[in-house]
Amino acid sequence: MEDEVIKKFLYINRKAPYGTVYALESLEVVLIGAAFDQDVSLAFIDDGVYQLKKNQKTSVDSGIGMKDFSKTYRALEGYDVEKLYVDKKSMEERGLSVDDLLVDVEVLDEAQMTEMMEQQDVVLSF
Amino acid sequence: MKFGILVNEGPYQHQASDSAYQFTKAALEKGHEIFRVFFYHDGVYNASRLLVPPQDDRHIANRWSALAKEYKLDLVVCIAAAQRRGMLDENEAKRQGKDAHNIVDGFHISGLGQLIEAGIQSERLVVFGD
Repeated sequence: MEDEVIKKFLYINRKAPYGTVYALESLEVVLIGAAFDQDVSLAFIDDGVYQLKKNQKTSVDSGIGMKDFSKTYRALEGYDVEKLYVDKKSMEERGLSVDDLLVDVEVLDEAQMTEMMEQQDVVLSF
Repeated sequence: MKFGILVNEGPYQHQASDSAYQFTKAALEKGHEIFRVFFYHDGVYNASRLLVPPQDDRHIANRWSALAKEYKLDLVVCIAAAQRRGMLDENEAKRQGKDAHNIVDGFHISGLGQLIEAGIQSERLVVFGD
């Protein structure tokens, strides 16, 4: 904004979407951050992979009475947030595959995830 | 070194809140610069004017407040996180039609853009959280 600095921002999401508020508030940072034209990536690790699960039903009628914010992940593309990485082991341990996820992601193994993280300037872990 | 600090957990509940303070204080005493301290998630409660800890315990909000005064620190509470948790400054209380406000001196409320800016402007952004 103030100058031309472009940094590589990585948001690491490690928590399930509704048990705590971290996932929702992480997404809020990503959306605001998109206005700053930085180089943004998102990683989903551990229970964080559940944030991307298709068919989340959370309304008062059919679920836990919380706002389903999962559709927002599909809107990220419109904010030029296109680099979404999922940890392979975390996904498989939870019996999920990329077909269960509501957005296109790149699946990384541990070594690839490490390499990607090493390239970042700012790492925000939620 | 120019640091940005992110505090993601509430006072007395979690070590993150104490560690962030200790780190910030130590960095300042060593002559480093703190670009901004940003309070997010339950971290916003660190700014409560209404904390009443036992007298023989540390006062987390006042401690930040004093540090801010001494070093002209920029302590920013996220407005979105603060509003949903009932943390309001005088202006916000007025705007939302509430009968009280509870942000201690030295902190101010602002948007998440301030966190991103801290990431851009600082050489290191240090996250204190769970």
